[in-house]
Amino acid sequence: MLTTKGLGKTFKSGVEAVRGVDLHVDEGEIVGFLGPNGAGKTTTMRMLTTLLTPTSGSATVAGHDLLTDPRAIRRRVGYVSQHGGLSPASPAGEELELHAMLYGLPRPAARARVAEVLARLELTGLESTPGAALSGGQQRRFDIAFGLVHDPVLLFLDEPTTGLDPQSRANLWSHVRALREGGTTVFLTTHYLDEADALCDRIVIIDHGVVAAEGTPSQLKSGGRTLDQAFLDITGRSLREEVPA
Amino acid sequence: MSAAAIRETWLVFHHTTRISLRHKVGLLVAAVQPLFFLVLFGPIFATFGDWETLVPGLIVQLGLLSAGLAGFGIVFDWRSGVLERQRVTPASRLALLLGRVLNNAFTLVIQTVLLVAAAYALGLRAPLAGVLAAMVLVVVLGVSLAALSYAAALTLDEYLFAPVMTTAVVPLMLLSGAFLPMSMAPGWLEALSRVSPFRHVLEAMRELFAGHYWNATVATGLAVVVVFTAVSLVIGARVFHRENA
Ligand SMILES: Nc1ncnc2c1ncn2[C@@H]1O[C@H](COP(=O)(O)OP(=O)(O)OP(=O)(O)O)[C@@H](O)[C@H]1O
Ligand SMILES: [Mg+2]
Repeated sequence: MLTTKGLGKTFKSGVEAVRGVDLHVDEGEIVGFLGPNGAGKTTTMRMLTTLLTPTSGSATVAGHDLLTDPRAIRRRVGYVSQHGGLSPASPAGEELELHAMLYGLPRPAARARVAEVLARLELTGLESTPGAALSGGQQRRFDIAFGLVHDPVLLFLDEPTTGLDPQSRANLWSHVRALREGGTTVFLTTHYLDEADALCDRIVIIDHGVVAAEGTPSQLKSGGRTLDQAFLDITGRSLREEVPA
Repeated sequence: MSAAAIRETWLVFHHTTRISLRHKVGLLVAAVQPLFFLVLFGPIFATFGDWETLVPGLIVQLGLLSAGLAGFGIVFDWRSGVLERQRVTPASRLALLLGRVLNNAFTLVIQTVLLVAAAYALGLRAPLAGVLAAMVLVVVLGVSLAALSYAAALTLDEYLFAPVMTTAVVPLMLLSGAFLPMSMAPGWLEALSRVSPFRHVLEAMRELFAGHYWNATVATGLAVVVVFTAVSLVIGARVFHRENA
């Protein structure tokens, strides 16, 4: 479903955000992409969703080549960015309908699909609420609705639960699990080890733009260490602390 | 442009226009300054000039203040993540730009109609056919100004955009001869103003308001506005295609 070889991005500013990442995600998997602040998670995701052009390496995403066929990829993948994409002032349902239609759905089909996705994410009735008037958890579920409205085969979630209370997080986890049952492959980033542990089939740890370790949660926890300890051992720092300069 | 891109342009236009029409106060804000000029400066101007000379100038002023500052809207869409969210759909990026730009042009037409209606009440006596012909120039002018404004907004530092643009519109307005015809200016200033596309468009509008539908001034104005629009759209499209835009 997703394969990258030596994928890298050096920004014009000179920052080497991603330095040769090899990834492999199978169909139907939920893979967690973990790393401290600034590790290169978002940059990797933005390359894989065709928003940024890699400066090195290659990738195949949802069956298409990233460099030669980005539009075919856009048709088949969904992306929920770290900061979301709700319009603060206009009704979330209208934005979602337009979004579905930009994927080619005619208006009646878009409407039906929006209703279905909103029902699945327990958002029915909030269609005419502007983004700014939704709660944090509702906003995040709407963000996910944007990523799902065209029924993608592969969904990228960049920190889907950051800033949510424990109940909303658990609620989102159940939605993500339901996706997998529906056959969608999920690639998500998170800062929460418990989240990766509870949700992911496999975990890839990225640090300073390179993959530092990968495996199933139980492989990473081998030797009786917790995931937190494993992470500390691998990266030399803890996940949630800000990196001292 | 492909059929899909035309459809996407229409979808974005329809969506953004629905939002603009809902915010009626927003529609009026850009029209307030030209209305002040109409009511508080027009009667003075009318003692030595005529309304058919002044009103086209106020339309150019309106264009600069309305479509010329349309970039503020794209800054909002960029900051809220709406633009990035739409850029991961397969929709043409040119369509994402054109749909918005056409909304700005449409908004400008509504504002112009208000301004012209108020001017008729005060003493404007332009023939309807001339006003309608001038509207064509207004639409094209709105498209080009909005496209340039977006390009500037997505290129400049977001804190620089507001001061730079609100300052830039003042010389553009003065050099077009919006308030006093450039024939009254000293030689060097007159020569300088010929560089401004707005001067040529404005003079064409004045001819149309005077009931002269086809002469060298109208033809020049039309040619200038077509070239100016083509250049603006190319610049706008380039910026929209750039990554990080
Ligand atoms: N558009 C950009 N231009 C220049 N540098 C950038 C840009 N985007 C990100 N960077 C830099 O690239 C590095 C990786 O950033 P990235 O956003 O990918 O990290 P991340 O792993 O997602 O971090 P976080 O957990 O804080 O979201 C950082 O040093 C960041 O400052
Ligand atoms: Mg990030």
